[in-house]
Amino acid sequence: MREIGGMKVALQVTCLNDALFPGTGIAVVRLLHRLGVDVDFPEAQTCCGQPMVNTGYLDEAVPAVRAFVSAFEGYDAIVTPSGSCAGSARHQHALVAKRSGDPGLARVVAETSPRTYELSEFLVDVLGVTDVGAYFPHRVTYHPTCHSLRMLGVGDRPRRLLEQVRGLRLVDLPHADECCGFGGTFAVKNADTSIAMGADKAHHVRSTGAEVLVAGDNSCLMHIGGLLSRQRSGVRVLHLAEVLASQ
Amino acid sequence: MTATFVGMPAFPTAAREKLADSQLRGNLARATGTIRAKRAAAVAEVPEWESLRLAGAAVKDRALHDLDRQLVRLEASLTARGATVHWARDAADANAIVVDVARAHDADEVVKVKSMVTQEIGLNEALEAEGIAAWETDLAELIVQLGDDLPSHILVPAIHRNRAEIREIFDRRMADVGRPAPDGLTDDPAALAEAAREHLREKFLRSTMAVSGANFAVAETGTLVVVESEGNGRMCLTLPKVLVSVVGIEKVVPTWAELDPLLRLLPRSSTGERMNPYTSMWTGVIPGDGPQEVHVVLLDNGRTRALADEVGRQALRCIRCSACLNVCPVYERTGGHAYGSVYPGPIGAILNPLLRGTGDAQTDSLPYASTLCGACFEACPVRIDIPSVLVDLRAQVVDGHRGDAVPKPEAAAMSAVSWVFGRPRRLAAAERVSGLATRLARRLPGPAAAWTDARDLPTPPRESFRAWWRRTGGGG
Repeated sequence: MREIGGMKVALQVTCLNDALFPGTGIAVVRLLHRLGVDVDFPEAQTCCGQPMVNTGYLDEAVPAVRAFVSAFEGYDAIVTPSGSCAGSARHQHALVAKRSGDPGLARVVAETSPRTYELSEFLVDVLGVTDVGAYFPHRVTYHPTCHSLRMLGVGDRPRRLLEQVRGLRLVDLPHADECCGFGGTFAVKNADTSIAMGADKAHHVRSTGAEVLVAGDNSCLMHIGGLLSRQRSGVRVLHLAEVLASQ
Repeated sequence: MTATFVGMPAFPTAAREKLADSQLRGNLARATGTIRAKRAAAVAEVPEWESLRLAGAAVKDRALHDLDRQLVRLEASLTARGATVHWARDAADANAIVVDVARAHDADEVVKVKSMVTQEIGLNEALEAEGIAAWETDLAELIVQLGDDLPSHILVPAIHRNRAEIREIFDRRMADVGRPAPDGLTDDPAALAEAAREHLREKFLRSTMAVSGANFAVAETGTLVVVESEGNGRMCLTLPKVLVSVVGIEKVVPTWAELDPLLRLLPRSSTGERMNPYTSMWTGVIPGDGPQEVHVVLLDNGRTRALADEVGRQALRCIRCSACLNVCPVYERTGGHAYGSVYPGPIGAILNPLLRGTGDAQTDSLPYASTLCGACFEACPVRIDIPSVLVDLRAQVVDGHRGDAVPKPEAAAMSAVSWVFGRPRRLAAAERVSGLATRLARRLPGPAAAWTDARDLPTPPRESFRAWWRRTGGGG
């Protein structure tokens, strides 16, 4: 295993990936192993708390944030295959800790928050790699998810990683920066608007002629992919980690 | 205007109807797309844009943190220059003041400069109830007024209309309220503008009283500022002998010099122009030049309530540029009417609950009318962190129902989810059950059916990640 400054690295798989998209978590583990990182999965983890926070249920998010810090306290880097969950840990955990009125929780959150990295940030900034040795011979388009783009500011890191994948042909997605309309509980509370936005995103994806739509968040992909599948479009969706783990 | 926002349904219901209007969707996509591109180009010309945003936010914060003193200073400056200052706690107060001034001058009509605040307080309707006609003179406001319609955008209130619809409105309605549209009016934009100019000109020349808002009010000098594009504002501010300006108390800027970043930020963010065509500034009464009687109504109407909100008070920095509307993917699809207020879009989704308080179904639906994508925060020239305010207002909505005898289904669900996420063993058990359930059902029950109505569910995995890790130790 590659020594990355003796760092203890943990995977925060996210509740959605744990339950519905385990392939993404498995891909992160295999990818990191290949890059020489010994990654741990602390089983005490549950959810980052974002579904509750973003719906206005701050008290209800406290147990999830407690589970998060008890699972990840003591790790040097917490890697998550989700811009949204990384954003929640970095920008919302302090809010939940404040609401809990527990200064102890606030102290631990101040340690875990800045150590949480979205996958592309960890690969590019911490490991310093853009060529991860992947092979994926397909025509691909990439959707930058809103929280990775605007909450975290991952910039072109995911694209730089994809550009180094052998066999992969990356085609530009029109109106790429525009939200797909998922928005967590928005997808159900404002289903009509969510679907109108998603339908436009699906239209842009189809216009590229790509076989595969890639993004860094399975929540957004579940929404766009659900529409593409209902349309029998023949376009499949894949998490960035799965493309990068392919050989 | 006979249309009203009063009694509008909550956002999801109002949005459903608007989303089905393909004409509206087309009009909005074209218009917001054009204005987005213009703004992006105008902003890209300014290398120091980010520091300008910081400077703009700082000016507004300085004024807001010191609002009580700045307002008294503004009043003193205005009074010293011959203006009469009135204080209005709410819409009724402000409307009564304007009606009184009109009556004192036997005015049965007023010309109006485009103003958000007078729409907020329903001034036109209040004047109409007293037999005083209020003529909107901004082209888009004229279209809205003649069409018995409601504004759907802060800057471009008739953005939901295309030129064919505008031609029809002018042709049908102008004759009812003044000079008729010319025979054979076409939908050529220049012809439509000419028809409006001819129609409005006689109102400008006839009216003895004008009503305006203000983009900024300088406390140091007592100067009011109106920024506009068409020159109609300049006509209203200079021709009539009486001028009444209704100004929200958050419009105060401490000093003349501090207008600088704001006047640079506003046109580029708003119309995508380097500079707006008309910037009118007036300070009280100048004998023999312009209006000889100047009134300023300083309006609260919920602004002190918003100021008391620790997270939400930043919304009072808003300079009404509309950049957040133009970049909002929700607004682009639903249009402004779905928000049920003269303040639509992302800023409306926070400003309305902040001004009115949460607690009714329509207002409470507004903070949820967003995916929290963050495009609004990125575009805002005074750096209002709209997503954070939305999340805080959602918490206020939820907290407002914590005492309910029967919790809403959503609240019960969130409690259950919270319990599950409190312990990993509970989550693992829930995953086993839900995995089985989703394999059996391709259509979700209850409110979750809103997902499967248009979207397929992912194929559920045979085992969770957690189970895989336990089985393989990460090496499988």
